[in-house]
Amino acid sequence: MDDQTSTAVRVRADAEAPSAGRAGPDAAPSPDAEPPRPDPPPVVELAGVDRTYPGRPPVAALRGVDLTVRPGELLAVVGPSGSGKSTLLNIAGTLDRADAGTVRIDGRDLSACSDRRLAAIRAHRIGFVFQQFFLAPGAGALDNVADGLLYTGRPRRERRAAAAETLERVGLGDRAHHRPGELSGGQRQRVAIARALVGDPGLLLTDEPTGALDSATGEAIVELLVDLHRGGTAVVVITHDPQVAAAMPRRVRMRDGRIESDEAVRG
Amino acid sequence: MTPEPSRLRGADLAGLAAAGMRARPLRAVLSALGIAVGIAAMVVVVGISASSRAEVEAQLERLGTNLLTVSPGRSITGEEASLPPESVEMVGRIGPVTSVGAIGEVDANVYRNEAIDPNRSNGIAVYAATVDLLGTVGGEVAAGRFLDEALAAYPTTVLGATTAERLGISVADGSVAVWIGDARFTVVGVLEPVPLAPELDASALVGWPAAEAELGFDGAPTTIFERSPDETVAAVREVLAATANPEAPQETVVSRPSDALAAKAATDRTLTTLLLSLGGVALLVGGIGVANTMVIAVLERRSEIGLRRSLGATRAHIRLQFLAESMLLAGAGGIGGAVLGGAVTAGFALWQGWPVAIPLWALALAAAATVAVGAVAGVYPAAKAARYSPTIALSSY
Repeated sequence: MDDQTSTAVRVRADAEAPSAGRAGPDAAPSPDAEPPRPDPPPVVELAGVDRTYPGRPPVAALRGVDLTVRPGELLAVVGPSGSGKSTLLNIAGTLDRADAGTVRIDGRDLSACSDRRLAAIRAHRIGFVFQQFFLAPGAGALDNVADGLLYTGRPRRERRAAAAETLERVGLGDRAHHRPGELSGGQRQRVAIARALVGDPGLLLTDEPTGALDSATGEAIVELLVDLHRGGTAVVVITHDPQVAAAMPRRVRMRDGRIESDEAVRG
Repeated sequence: MTPEPSRLRGADLAGLAAAGMRARPLRAVLSALGIAVGIAAMVVVVGISASSRAEVEAQLERLGTNLLTVSPGRSITGEEASLPPESVEMVGRIGPVTSVGAIGEVDANVYRNEAIDPNRSNGIAVYAATVDLLGTVGGEVAAGRFLDEALAAYPTTVLGATTAERLGISVADGSVAVWIGDARFTVVGVLEPVPLAPELDASALVGWPAAEAELGFDGAPTTIFERSPDETVAAVREVLAATANPEAPQETVVSRPSDALAAKAATDRTLTTLLLSLGGVALLVGGIGVANTMVIAVLERRSEIGLRRSLGATRAHIRLQFLAESMLLAGAGGIGGAVLGGAVTAGFALWQGWPVAIPLWALALAAAATVAVGAVAGVYPAAKAARYSPTIALSSY
């Protein structure tokens, strides 16, 4: 029964694939727009990244990973649990640091960045969506979304206005004052996505965004992510769901901390 | 391209702290209560002692501080000295003196009636009193009237407040008599307590001539009271001893009863300090409660911390958030405690009939103390929260 939706998504995603790598006309404008260059830097660039968690024995979560995500690209990272997907997402999102190799966000090498600088990158350039949503239970949808701008220092009124706009964008304009407890799982995930998007980040990192949802709701979320990518935001989706991965124009397969395959589906 | 730094507005920080506190209302109330009890205790201690001091000051204002007394001291050889009978009149002749009164101790006891066992004297003294005594010491009658020239020659008596209570006498319309020495004395008046001359409270006063005639009084005054305008008190004090007893001025004791009253208020200070430090201990315990609450909150809210870090919060923002929450928690307790302490102080003062005095410095100190306690209590939990790696914080659910 989900087949139809799934196919529809895949078709649209495939149609979109050729534009991957080039920002659309209304691509997310970077807040500090530099003079246009023929080839903008990748939003994320990992080169030879190692990450080992200390312990007995130490766990090598990433070994020599190279990955480049261009502006506006949509890709799925798939692999069995323990393959290093989440570590990859944490490092690409500046939440964790690589032990070796270089990580660049928007062309900037992170190895020399202080905690404050990394926080600034997260506040302005990266949006996260987690499987568990992590919404504040006591606050309405609008305030939860507005929290996505809390650490930009913008005034509350501006944050709420931007939040209302973003809620419309994810199709929840009429649920602005509902608390998370009054929303369905899919609606909650939309609120979480809106919170990640409200600052117009260049990169959206999602960790199992459909993991806590039934398949029909999951399809709708995937459709939303595809729409966002079409709007110019680079989207990385970590998933173990083959159907979700199939809807993406590029699929990165991981195993034992290495990238096993990285295939782009050409339409 | 360098992104702008992460920024958290002050108003948003306050909002975060308030939201954190509201999320668990019962826990917030209970941990703030510890602080509130400490602050309330301290405010009550300071407030009650200030109110009591204000009462003493108001009393002194009312009674005046220009009353001096002269009593006989001891001679060089250690015998009890006495003042000459004419000393009252001589003190009255000192220029600035406006009024003079005296009492003289009479060797007699007072009983409710002649059937009472003579040993049960109730510790009541009998004094001969001049008719100007009451006006000079600033006393008032509770019932009946004071001795006057006419009554002073007859076996009549005015009872002090304590005496009246011990003998069970409250009417002074001439229908009641007491037994003094070997004679019946009609009770013509009962006094209110006399703060500047507390020795009158447990006494029975009889007229000077009646005491000489009926009770074998020798006419030597035991205490002379005199008042003069405030600015002359020092000068009068200089000459008082020599005037009262020109032959042996060194055998007299001159004192100012209002000083004793003021000193009594000041001696409460030791007790106040003790109670204040008890309040301080309560505040400390309250602070530990707040720290405990915050440590638990940090443990419980690891995923919130991780989320905030992913939204762009720096370590400093996380630290500030929890520090602010701790200070707000303690501050709420402080305000509650100040209100509670103020209410208790006001209630107690009104019940005692005192003026309500809660010194502003005490409230300012309470506010500063709670903010400091909240800050100290929050330091460790806030530092712990800021140290969490964002990935660890997010992977714990």
